[in-house]
Amino acid sequence: MTTNRPKVEDLHLVNLTKSFDDFKAVDNLTLTIPAGSFFALLGPSGCGKTTTLRMVAGLEEPTSGQIKLGSEDITSFPPYKRWVNTVFQSYALFPHLSIYENVAFGLRRQKSADIDKQVKAMLELVELTTLAQRKPQQLSGGQQQRVAVARALINEPDVLLLDEPLGALDLKLRRQMQLELKRIQIEVGITFVHVTHDQEEAMTMADTVAVMNEGRIEQMGAPLTIYEKPRTAFVANFLGQSNLFEGTVAGVEGDELAVKVKDTVIYVPLNSTEIRSGRIVLGVRPEKVKIVDQGKTGLPKNQIQGSIHNTAFVGVSTQYEVLSSWGQEISAFEQNVDPSDLGRPGQLVTLAWEPRHSFVLDPDEDLTAGLDTTWDE
Amino acid sequence: MSIVQESIPVKIKVKKNKTAYYLILPGIGWLVLFFLVPFFTLLATSLQKPAGTTPDDGYLPALRFSNYSSALSEYYPQFFRSFVFSGIATVVCLLLAYPIAYYMATKATKYRNLMLVLIVAPFFASYLLRTNAWKTILSGDSFVVSILNSLNLLPDGRILNTPIAVIAGLVYTFLPFMILPLYASLEKIDIRLIEAAGDLYASPRQSFLNVVWPLSLPGVVSGTLLTFIPASGDYINAELLGSINDKMIGNVIQSQFIDLRNYPTASALSFTFMALILVLVYLYISRAGTDELV
Repeated sequence: MTTNRPKVEDLHLVNLTKSFDDFKAVDNLTLTIPAGSFFALLGPSGCGKTTTLRMVAGLEEPTSGQIKLGSEDITSFPPYKRWVNTVFQSYALFPHLSIYENVAFGLRRQKSADIDKQVKAMLELVELTTLAQRKPQQLSGGQQQRVAVARALINEPDVLLLDEPLGALDLKLRRQMQLELKRIQIEVGITFVHVTHDQEEAMTMADTVAVMNEGRIEQMGAPLTIYEKPRTAFVANFLGQSNLFEGTVAGVEGDELAVKVKDTVIYVPLNSTEIRSGRIVLGVRPEKVKIVDQGKTGLPKNQIQGSIHNTAFVGVSTQYEVLSSWGQEISAFEQNVDPSDLGRPGQLVTLAWEPRHSFVLDPDEDLTAGLDTTWDE
Repeated sequence: MSIVQESIPVKIKVKKNKTAYYLILPGIGWLVLFFLVPFFTLLATSLQKPAGTTPDDGYLPALRFSNYSSALSEYYPQFFRSFVFSGIATVVCLLLAYPIAYYMATKATKYRNLMLVLIVAPFFASYLLRTNAWKTILSGDSFVVSILNSLNLLPDGRILNTPIAVIAGLVYTFLPFMILPLYASLEKIDIRLIEAAGDLYASPRQSFLNVVWPLSLPGVVSGTLLTFIPASGDYINAELLGSINDKMIGNVIQSQFIDLRNYPTASALSFTFMALILVLVYLYISRAGTDELV
C-alpha cells in the first residue's frame, strides 16, 4: 500500500443532488460520516440510498453538490482515483480470475509491493485460504460474498461502501455475515458505509443509522435513539412497528403533557416535544404496550380500553391486534414468559404503557408513510 | 425409543428416453450422405491415376501418393499466399469489428437492432454480385481510386488486381462473421464487472486489458476461426479482384477441377488444404487455451 497516503478521513456529502430526468433520486443531501464509523443508509427501494453510494464510489455523477474526503474534493475524480472501494450487491467478482487473483486485482493495478503476502493475509482474514485457486462460480453465495469483501478491503480504502452485500444470502447466513462484517470493521478500523433496506441489519451493525426516504434523510442517529424516539411517521413505521395516535393537547400536568385521543387521555414527557397546544401526533412501540384483563390495577399511566381482534403466536412473543373503543387497531407484543393463557378474540382488555415510552411526531405528516413499503428489492 | 435405521434398497426404474437420439438421426443421415460419402470419394479420387493421356480418357482407382507431393511442390506458393491473405484479412477484420461490436454491446441501446440488421443486410445480395460491385468501385476510373491517387496513397496507381484488393475483398466479405460472435460475447459481459474494475483502481485501459478482453476471448476465437477458415479457402475475391499473381489455393483447385479436369490433383490439393487448416486451427486453439474460457 502507498505509504504517503494521509490517515483515513471523514466523508462529507455537501448538498448532493442526483436527478434522472425530472426524478430526483437524491435531493440536496448534506451529511458527514466520521472516519472509522460504521454508517448505515437505510431505506426502501428507490429511496436514493444506492444512488448516494454510487456517487461516492464515482460510478454516478452528481447533478450538483460535492463529495469530500477530509478536505479534498473528490466529486470529479473517476472511480479508479478514489480511495474508496465497493462491495457490490451482486458481488461482481471477475469470473475469469481465481479467488486469489480477484483479491489481488486492486493491488496489481496499483503495483503494490508484497502482493502475495497481503493477499494471503486477507484470505486468512475471511477464511478462504483453501479456496484461493477456485473460480468464483465454484463458490457458494456466502463464500463469494466474503471474496467481494476481501477484494475491496485489501486496498485499505478510506471508505468501504457496501451495497446491500447480504441481500442474496439466506437469513441464517445473513445474520452470521452481519456479525462477521462488524468484526472485520472493528479490526481494520475503516469507515464502512452500508446500504440496506433491512432495518434489523442496519441496527445490528451500524453505529449510526440514517433513514432515507425519497432522496432525503428522514432521521439520523444511533440505532437505539432513532428506534426509541423516531421523529417522523416514516421512521416510526419503517423502523419496526408503531402505534400512532392523533389527538389534541389537553394541558400540562407536572412534567407531562396530557393529550386527548378520542375518549382517552395519553401522557407524554414534556421534554419530548415543544408542542403545548393544538393538534399532536404521538406513538408507542407495540412491545412497550402491556395487555391485561380489564379492571386490573397497578398499571402504567397510559391506558386504552379495547377488545382483542386477533392473536398471533410467533414463538418468542405473542402479537395482539386490539380494537380500541374508537375502532383503531393497536398492536401489542407480549413476551412468551408464561404463554399458557393466550388472549382470545373478543376478550375485553386494557392496554397500558408508561408515558416515557411515548414519542411525538410532526403532526403535519402522513401517518401512513413507510407502511406500504415493500421489503424485497 | 430407539431409532431404527433400515437401509432399503431403492430401485428407481429409469425410463430411458430415446427421443434425443431419434432427433439427431436426420442430421446424422444428412452428414453421412453429404459429408462422409463425398469425403471418401474425394480421398479415393485424390489417389487415382490417369487412364490415358488426356482428361477425356478418365482416371483409374489407384494408390498414387505422388499426386500429393507433386501438387504440393507445384502449388505451395498458392497455399502460402492463401494463409497470408486470410491471416491479414482476419487481423484487419478483428481490428475493425471489435470497436463496432463493443459499441453495439455497450452503448448503442437505441440503434443496436438497426445496426445488427445493417451488418447482416449484405447477405441479402448475392456474394458474387457484391464482389463484382467492388470490381467497379475499385476500378481505375472510379472516384475512390482517383481520390486515393490524388493523395498519392497508391504506389502502383491502382487498387484492382493487387493483393490489397483481394485482402480488402476478403475483409469485406467476412467482416460480419467476425462482428457477430464478438458482439455475442461482449454483450454477455456484465457491465458491473467493468464498474468493479474501475472501483478497484483499474484505468479504462487496464479495465479493458484485464477484464473486457479476457472475457471476450471466446468471441475472438470463434470470430477469427469463422473468418480465417472460409477466407483461406475463398477464390471469388482473388478471381475477381486480384491479378494472375494473387491466386489463392481455391483458384487452383477450381481450375484443376473445372478447367483442366485433373480430378486427382484437385482432390489432393483439397485434402492437403483441409489437413493444413486442421493443423493451424488446432495450434491456434491450443495456444488460445479455450479451456480457460469456459
